[in-house]
Amino acid sequence: MNKNKPANFVIVDTGCANLASVKFAVERLGFAITISDDINTIKNADKVILPGVGSARHAMENIQAKGLVATLQQLKQPVLGFCLGMQLMARSSVEGAKTDEVVQCLALIPTDICPLDAKDLRMPHMGWNTLTQVSDHPVFAGINAEDYFYFVHSFAAPVSEYTVARCQYGSEFSAAIAKDNFIGCQFHPERSSSLGSKIIKNFLEM
Amino acid sequence: MLAKRIIPCLDVRDGKVVKGVQFRNHEIIGDIVPLAQKYAEAGADELVFYDITASSDDRVVDKSWVSRIAQVIDIPFCVAGGIKTEADAKQILMMGADKISINSPALRDPSLISRLADIFGQQCIVVGVDSFFNQDANNGLGEYQVYQFTGDESRTQKTKWRTLDWIQEVQKLGAGEIVLNCMNQDGVRQGYDIAQLSQVRKLCNVPLIASGGAGEISHFVDVFQQADVDGALAASVFHKGIIAMDELKQHLQNEKVEIRLC
Repeated sequence: MNKNKPANFVIVDTGCANLASVKFAVERLGFAITISDDINTIKNADKVILPGVGSARHAMENIQAKGLVATLQQLKQPVLGFCLGMQLMARSSVEGAKTDEVVQCLALIPTDICPLDAKDLRMPHMGWNTLTQVSDHPVFAGINAEDYFYFVHSFAAPVSEYTVARCQYGSEFSAAIAKDNFIGCQFHPERSSSLGSKIIKNFLEM
Repeated sequence: MLAKRIIPCLDVRDGKVVKGVQFRNHEIIGDIVPLAQKYAEAGADELVFYDITASSDDRVVDKSWVSRIAQVIDIPFCVAGGIKTEADAKQILMMGADKISINSPALRDPSLISRLADIFGQQCIVVGVDSFFNQDANNGLGEYQVYQFTGDESRTQKTKWRTLDWIQEVQKLGAGEIVLNCMNQDGVRQGYDIAQLSQVRKLCNVPLIASGGAGEISHFVDVFQQADVDGALAASVFHKGIIAMDELKQHLQNEKVEIRLC
């Protein structure tokens, strides 16, 4: 990163509701960040955060309506997805889809979002859960299995070769997935206290 | 493991945190933002802000404090009170709240729960239920009944719903979490209503939060161990410094309750 000019961080305006809390979380770390749905602003960012809450169908409809699909698919800089933002990085999701259909997502990471198999546990999976495994990824520097993060979801990415952190709730699923310049967390770093802040800081400083 | 949640509740009126006894005689506890920050730093797992005048006053309420809270805290928080429409919900969520809780408006128009869940996702729609054990009902056998407009005693009224029926109905409609406020216990610090919470638990497949009655640490142990709730909400024991968050959490862990230590 060029040390002479301030880094240019952008939150993609997906039209979802947690944009403000993600922005505030970055600002608490002392960084400036812009919320934008402008193609050039997103393309020219040093780092991009893709937030999201709600259903995959609504979020993809928003992204399509804003004409951002190709822009997001062509990003070469590091991109961090939060919760639904992570799920949008997958090929597809069944959340909000009509029967026998799937919602086509951004296909940045070749995995497919399916209902979380919680067995007989309550749904949604809501609250602070420990991780069961953490890989050696720069975004997870200083984070250990057994650390608590805040999860709120009913759908999840299955464990795959793209899994970089795991969580267990009824069954094991991806707490984070990554490929190339893209990484997404199923939990909410912006709402996961000091360890969540650490993940955001790791990303913005890597 | 999923941790049980400790949830300080801050009743808000005109931008100040207040506390009453059995929903009455509200006294000012302090400013919202520093209190929210204090609880987040102390290790609270989540915060709930109840705008207690909103539903009963039927007026436009200044919600800018939601944004000020979102700026300073790094744990999830829920806002309750005065959310009657999709537009109200959107405003609160866009300001940075993680969840919204609806109570009286859901009783007036139950389909509101479904509409909100469809737009914003089931995970951020909490339904608050104010339940009162009426000893005279059910031919003197007693019955749990749902009340509304509990923010204003002069307007508080019984609804047509039995608590156990309403609990099932709101889940069908798409509630992502239920906060059961046991009115007989509220503010008197004699312990959570284990009997009622246990009955509701059997019918509740979404996260269930106990509210009303916390007075000492053992009450939290009891409600998690005996009623298997997902979270315990309390106000005065925290506001008045009767229970310290770190001591409470350590004690719960010693009692083998899954808890996030800070």
